[in-house]
Amino acid sequence: MTMLGDRQQLAYIASQAADARVNVELETEGMTLNIGPQHPATHGTLRIIARLDGEQVVWAEPSAGYMHRGYEKLTEVRTFPQVTALVNRIDWLGSFANEVPFILAAEKLMGVEAPSRAQHIRTILFELSRIANVSLFLGDLGVQLGAITPVFFAFRDREYVLNLIEGATGGRFHPNFDRIGGLKDDLPAGFIDETRIVMKKLRTFCDQIEDLLFGNEIFQSRTRGIGVIPKDVALSYGLSGANLRASGVDWDLRRDQDIPMAWNKTDFKVITHPDGDSFARCWVRLQEVRESTKIVDQLLDTIPAGPVMAKVPKIIKVPEGEAWVSTENPLGEMGYYVVSQGDQGPFRVKIRSASFNNISIVPWLLKGVYVPDIITILASLYFILGDIDR
Amino acid sequence: MNAVLFASDLPYWLQSIFRVLGGLVAVLLPAGTVVYLFLFKMLSFMQSRLGPMEAGPYGSMQLFAEVGKWLQKEDIVPANAQPEARIFKMAPLIVLASTFLLVVVVPFGPDALFTDFETGIFYALAVSSISVLGILIAGWASANKYSLLGGLRAAGQLVAYELPMVLAVIGVVIQAGTMNLQQIVVAQNTGSMFGWDGIGNPYVLTQFVAFIIFMISVQAELSQTPFDMPIAESELVSGYMTEYSGFRFLIFFIGEFATAGVFAMIASILFLGGWGVPFAWFGWTTIDSVDNWMNFAGPLILFAKMMALVFFIMWIRFSSPRLREDQLQRFAWKVLIPISLVNIMLTAVLKVAF
Repeated sequence: MTMLGDRQQLAYIASQAADARVNVELETEGMTLNIGPQHPATHGTLRIIARLDGEQVVWAEPSAGYMHRGYEKLTEVRTFPQVTALVNRIDWLGSFANEVPFILAAEKLMGVEAPSRAQHIRTILFELSRIANVSLFLGDLGVQLGAITPVFFAFRDREYVLNLIEGATGGRFHPNFDRIGGLKDDLPAGFIDETRIVMKKLRTFCDQIEDLLFGNEIFQSRTRGIGVIPKDVALSYGLSGANLRASGVDWDLRRDQDIPMAWNKTDFKVITHPDGDSFARCWVRLQEVRESTKIVDQLLDTIPAGPVMAKVPKIIKVPEGEAWVSTENPLGEMGYYVVSQGDQGPFRVKIRSASFNNISIVPWLLKGVYVPDIITILASLYFILGDIDR
Repeated sequence: MNAVLFASDLPYWLQSIFRVLGGLVAVLLPAGTVVYLFLFKMLSFMQSRLGPMEAGPYGSMQLFAEVGKWLQKEDIVPANAQPEARIFKMAPLIVLASTFLLVVVVPFGPDALFTDFETGIFYALAVSSISVLGILIAGWASANKYSLLGGLRAAGQLVAYELPMVLAVIGVVIQAGTMNLQQIVVAQNTGSMFGWDGIGNPYVLTQFVAFIIFMISVQAELSQTPFDMPIAESELVSGYMTEYSGFRFLIFFIGEFATAGVFAMIASILFLGGWGVPFAWFGWTTIDSVDNWMNFAGPLILFAKMMALVFFIMWIRFSSPRLREDQLQRFAWKVLIPISLVNIMLTAVLKVAF
């Protein structure tokens, strides 16, 4: 009980009282509500089984796996370059970011490092994926809370970013652009100027969302103090990404680890928020989009000339060994544990995706809240089904 | 009131037909205009898109296309609702019936009215609550947990917002000294403010607080955002409407927007002077001296005022998030009702003082 905050204690008492009422006094019946797998608030096919007393949740549990595609197993029958086509379908809103840690792990095993220009372009595309991903979250947040207008602004401005990604990689959603040792191609002509314009537009979009949604009193009353995750609880459940930073933990893999990417050449702030409630999680993400646009701007200024591909053999054989690389993806920490036995394909790949760990806190968090707050909490935790089920 | 329009010269059956047709026009025409202008077009422009553009010029025939689409769809009754299928099927009709009952007392001109109740506003507030029954029946008979939650939320919400609405109206009733909607219109248009009768005395100025409370309550009665938690498509998957399809869903849909139109009409009658123009402009003094052309101009004036009010209702609907229902109840009981009680007291004191 020492871990629990005041609200959680109240929720615990309420759930006990609800059980007592249900079982003894009035013989009222608790209701089991199935939220999902087909439900608009679950972004796909997450199922949440909630036992309700009136509209208060007494007990809740997420049930994942309705969209399990077996990527970990599928990678075992693919060659290393083929794997990127699979893994960029994990978090489908920020696909390029999924390819990077896998490629980095393979490069680590092979002892190859991408040229400096490739590292810069990788980082730019990584941050563009983050912007595309999180800007849609910001719009979708409104829909979850009943405001139908912001999501159209989000779709409109995300389109600019997707056009950039498409221009550079050829794929809007599934770029499949990252290669062991570098990138498939160099940037197209005009990309840099176009990106600068789009980053300005995205900053305007952030201002709009901040005015329209975050400044709205109803939005604040719906999100402030709802779904509070204290620092120690967040750490003990293995949260990562903005969910962790919103609980006041200053933790960002972009800054904290030394991997061959260009983040350490830029100057950016790691946004944290002390509250740990739904509002904090949304606010941190909004600020992170702003920071990402700044990172992209800085990288565009400092992008070096040179090749985008290191010297690697035509048929890639990865030497025997094991490697773990994780990066700060739009949803949180995403990592690949790659085991190779010297073949063309990996022997075993373990994927650590952020959303799977992030929703593990849901049973703890939903206890004692009301049905509308389930939606707020799920929206603010921000998971993507592909990232849960893989 | 020299030339009689719909009144006693005609045989009773013809009067009845006129009344039925008039009622249909008075309910469906505003509803259709509201849906096209606001739901299709204004919403789209606010969301940086064009909205329907294919059916007719600027998509103006889209409404008919939609109605045709809904009418073609299968009328599904869920398996668990089969034992009470009749009740399930009845619910949307009850909701729409409440709208038609509501429009009965709305005066459109000096003679253009359906009935002239002495207690018109009392009747209007009473029949507007009938829709709660329909919604509760829909929520319960659907045999669906989401619908049940939606229906119960709707019942709690509509009952809670009935009260501030009634209390807001009482201020107007005290000031006008009558419950007859026609006489409330006349009282506003013949009135004067400090001896100046240039714009009559629309109660939106003197009863501004009541006007705001009334419009907030209307927003809640209509289950429009930010008070749309009975429908709440992102959490309750449209609440009590979840299991309805085909023309029964269409009836719910029409009911929603027709009620918005009729409530806006009642609001403009209570606060904006209704169908009238200030009588001093044309030298009229009483309702009997109003020229006959007002029977044609009146509905248009009322329609314009209604559209202005619905614009605000829809504007708020399209741009704000949804409250939680405990916040909504708190807002009704702790904010709106005390303010409206104070408003009644002040109105009564000032009425006696002047």
